[in-house]
Amino acid sequence: MVEKRLMYGNHALVEGIIYAGCRFFAGYPITPQNEVPEYMSIRMNEEGGVFLQTESEIAAINMLFGAGAAGVRATTSSSSPGISLMQEGISYIAGADIPVLIINVVRGGPGLGNIAPAQSDYYQATRGGGHGDYFTITLAPNSVQELFEFPRLAFELAEKYRNPALILADGLLGQMMEPVEFTFEPIDPKTLPEKNYALTGCKGRERRVVRSYDLRSGKLEELNWKRYKKYQEIIKNEQRYEVINDNDADLMIVAYGTCARVAAATMKMARDKGLKVGLLRPITLWPFPKDKLAELGARINNFLVVEMNCGQMIDDVRAATRFRPQIHFHGRPGGGVPNPPEVLKKIEEILGGAQ
Amino acid sequence: MTRELIIAGFGGQGVVSSGIILAHAGMLEDQHVTFFPSYGAEMRGGTANCSVVISSEPVASPIVAEPDILIIMNEPSLIRFEPQLKPQGLLLYNKTLIKSEPKRTDITIIPVPANAIAEELGQGRIANMVMLGVMAKKTTLLKLDTLKKAQRVRYKKASEEQLNLNDQALERGYNFL
Repeated sequence: MVEKRLMYGNHALVEGIIYAGCRFFAGYPITPQNEVPEYMSIRMNEEGGVFLQTESEIAAINMLFGAGAAGVRATTSSSSPGISLMQEGISYIAGADIPVLIINVVRGGPGLGNIAPAQSDYYQATRGGGHGDYFTITLAPNSVQELFEFPRLAFELAEKYRNPALILADGLLGQMMEPVEFTFEPIDPKTLPEKNYALTGCKGRERRVVRSYDLRSGKLEELNWKRYKKYQEIIKNEQRYEVINDNDADLMIVAYGTCARVAAATMKMARDKGLKVGLLRPITLWPFPKDKLAELGARINNFLVVEMNCGQMIDDVRAATRFRPQIHFHGRPGGGVPNPPEVLKKIEEILGGAQ
Repeated sequence: MTRELIIAGFGGQGVVSSGIILAHAGMLEDQHVTFFPSYGAEMRGGTANCSVVISSEPVASPIVAEPDILIIMNEPSLIRFEPQLKPQGLLLYNKTLIKSEPKRTDITIIPVPANAIAEELGQGRIANMVMLGVMAKKTTLLKLDTLKKAQRVRYKKASEEQLNLNDQALERGYNFL
């Protein structure tokens, strides 16, 4: 049996990043992810990697651009306001097609907001976030175990498509503790394949250029179409989700991250009362699991989207289900966290009303 | 079987440590566990609380709205959390520091002079261990020996003397009932 360790979510993220073979971290402290840089400063030192507490988030993301361009696995971590500061850099990284890992342990917003868990950065995470036509591959863990496992997955996807990847967690996932199984051996960065774009000094080979622009007439349009094709490939190949109890469902809850945990508990309470409730949990928020939702939307009449915001993912659920079923919403913005009894009440209202 | 707990008290009463010890002990007994602390805008002398879920099945929600068991270390926490306890739930409260009486009649209430017992052992701050000992006896949720193991992981930097004192506090709590 694999050994289990009781860990904070933020600490599991750090181990996951180290185990993924990443040896470059730059970031600036912000609650509720301060345990990431704190613990990372110890672990990177132990592993002989680079840990930098930068003067700002802007510096961190630009260092990530540099490290990524040099071909190494590089990570930054922050929370909502800090991620907003990074958007220019993320856009440049996406424009240069450089794989890096960005972690957002989301807190209440907008503005300074508060330090409580939230999902109000969904639009920002899934629509690119900065300027220009781009997307980041976005993963939504819902357990401390997944916080350990997803950095590796994020790097694999990022490198496969040469695209920045984002892990969208929230304050609750970061602050909670659960047992973690170290399900894979740590990756030695020396064993990772060399990148054919990496800027490593051009002595003895053709010179390489990493940049987010091409000023020759028509070239930028060409680059954007090329990237568009890449995005179509990602959308086709990488939609990830977990689906439970959909076969007989009268109502499907759609929720990710912390809300998916609350939804799973609610589903169990509802089933105990004889209410046929299922759960779809998007694991990739971009690409959104729209194919599965299209299939579910064709045969299930009620959907309940549960989010820690005023309703953002609900737009993607509406579009994916082609506006056919009834789409209901239960949201808690500004750091509010839904609990199973209140979600169950909402389900009883919906299904009670339908009978 | 799933049991949900909330532990609450002043910052500094070992509320968060108690939660971590419970979660760790649950893991050592091959249960599924989650621990979630209140965090952030808390201050020394203010209130702290945490939620622990211990279950034979994977834990769905780490958020505890209606606990089965409440461990209450100070007066403000009693006022705040007593109404949330499930009917037939268990309320353990620190009788030394809490002067008012719980109001519910549909729950099991056990007043524990936790600070007084801890002071007898020479250290008021191990009142949290006394409470965990009482809970172990009353609920059979976790074995006393497992709690002893788990506290040694939580306080791994403490002296052997201190760890033994913690064990004694757990035992005094266990034998309180």
